[in-house]
Amino acid sequence: MSLLLEANGLVKRYGALAVVNGVDFRVAENEAVGIVGPNGAGKTSLLNLLSGAVPVSEGRIALRGAIITGQDAAWRCRHGIGRSHQVPKPFGGMTVFENLLVAATQGGGFIQHEAYDRAVDSLELCGMLSAANRSAETLGLLERKRLELARALATGPELLLLDEIGGGLTDGEALDLVEVILDLRRRGIAIVWIEHIVHILVKVVTRLVCMDAGRIIAEGDPQSVLKDPVVISAYLGSEEVV
Amino acid sequence: MTETYKVQRWTSRSIVSTALIAALQFALLAAPFVFSANVVDHLTTLFVYVVLAITWNALAGYGGLVSVGQQLFFGFGAYGAIRLSQAGVPVYAALALGGVGSAVLALIVSSFMLKLRAGEFAIGMWVLAALVQLLVSLDPIIQGATGTSLLALNSFAPAARRADTYWFGLVAMAGVALLLFLLLRSRLGAAMQAIRDNEEAARSVGVRVQLAKRIMFVLAALGAGMAGAVWLATSISFQPNTYFGVQWTAYMIFMTLVGGIGTFEGPILGAVLFFAVEAAFGAEGVWYLIGIGAAAVGFALLLPQGIWGWMERRYALRLLPVGYVLKLQGVDAGRQHGFARRSVPPPPAAMRISEQS
Repeated sequence: MSLLLEANGLVKRYGALAVVNGVDFRVAENEAVGIVGPNGAGKTSLLNLLSGAVPVSEGRIALRGAIITGQDAAWRCRHGIGRSHQVPKPFGGMTVFENLLVAATQGGGFIQHEAYDRAVDSLELCGMLSAANRSAETLGLLERKRLELARALATGPELLLLDEIGGGLTDGEALDLVEVILDLRRRGIAIVWIEHIVHILVKVVTRLVCMDAGRIIAEGDPQSVLKDPVVISAYLGSEEVV
Repeated sequence: MTETYKVQRWTSRSIVSTALIAALQFALLAAPFVFSANVVDHLTTLFVYVVLAITWNALAGYGGLVSVGQQLFFGFGAYGAIRLSQAGVPVYAALALGGVGSAVLALIVSSFMLKLRAGEFAIGMWVLAALVQLLVSLDPIIQGATGTSLLALNSFAPAARRADTYWFGLVAMAGVALLLFLLLRSRLGAAMQAIRDNEEAARSVGVRVQLAKRIMFVLAALGAGMAGAVWLATSISFQPNTYFGVQWTAYMIFMTLVGGIGTFEGPILGAVLFFAVEAAFGAEGVWYLIGIGAAAVGFALLLPQGIWGWMERRYALRLLPVGYVLKLQGVDAGRQHGFARRSVPPPPAAMRISEQS
């Protein structure tokens, strides 16, 4: 598998506080990488740096070998990096279908019927077809999370950055979500997934990264990482969690 | 694709209503031959109000750019027309180019004003309008607060001038409305609404936020500039204090709030209502202004979606539709309650890193 995204020496500072502190991170084509860690570890901040939502203080990011550090989130989306947000951010004044059309036309570059197809496909995948014409502001939390995923998919990503989309799902829904994400991988989409529900995360990812205090403290095969005493001490508290 | 679907943008009702509105615009062309001078003058005033309302609504209601400084472009459109006319440009061409001049000014100031957010942008626009008013007052032709007149219009017979100004106003209104309607129905229109609702999320799905804002900002300035030029053609005289007065933006806000912010039809209804209220109570002086202010506050508190917004929700009315409705056939309702297990197409190859600049 060739390298899709590579980040070296990433640092994000807010004043004297470094929320991401010297992180090297890479994702290969079609790879699924999980990120775990305690609250405040810098997971979402790292995702924000990779997606371009916030600028880096130091370091560089490359997509397929081309430096993209200075490009904003919109540019990165149009070039294949889609993302969902931990706190859903629907376009509340628009319908669910219109939310996806914006993503398909702007991020995916699809036009008219291609965009409609893309939006309908993504809605169907995420189980939201029946809500297509509802105003996005009327959706409940779970539906908003589905909308986040569907909207990111509608951009036609090569790399999908997922931020805790499993939170609040029932066990059955979580297993369905696993199937969806495995399906995306079969379609060639690489995944970076931040998730606290570790038992569903390990069903999907082939590599696990654990962060704490802005740094990566362990990385590798999921089972090995979860048995790492450093990870147990900083995050899990017990091996029984998984 | 396992379901068949179609995307509906027009209904039979909206086709009929749009055709009727278009027909009305053509019928209005005949007004100077049919109605009295007083009615023609009033209709010209109404056209100005409609342009102001729909462009402010496009800016704030669809673009999320709440400006209290749109009088900048209203006044600059009129000022530009005077300047161009005095430079020898035929007067109605000067009026049209005055409106275009406001769009050019907007393009220039957008480079720094659109970096401001929310309240900063709103107040910043007001400050900029006051600054430009002072600069215009320093122009020797304008003679400070005294102002000047569009003297070239005096060469027209009053009846001909009234009719020409009316047609100029009608064409400006129809042109701006059509431009906005097409823009809001386009991909860019949907992107603007996304920016209004959540700028960060819009950026994360690929929206070129600054470009989209700039286009809407320039278009709104074009409308305000055209309105200023039409107003100048009706009144002939130009005083900076009047044309750059904040009351113009207050009128825009009133018409949009009362009619229905974020709907295409609402501000048109708001303009008609404002026009009617002004005709009925305008002579009451300060009590008229107090009444207008109280009504705006009342609508903001009690009916924030405005009259048309309320009607749209209550009766699903969309005479000039800009949105999308998905019509499905053969939906498996059982799959609507969880994540469905199926595939989406692979990402397109055409948009990848080879496009990098």
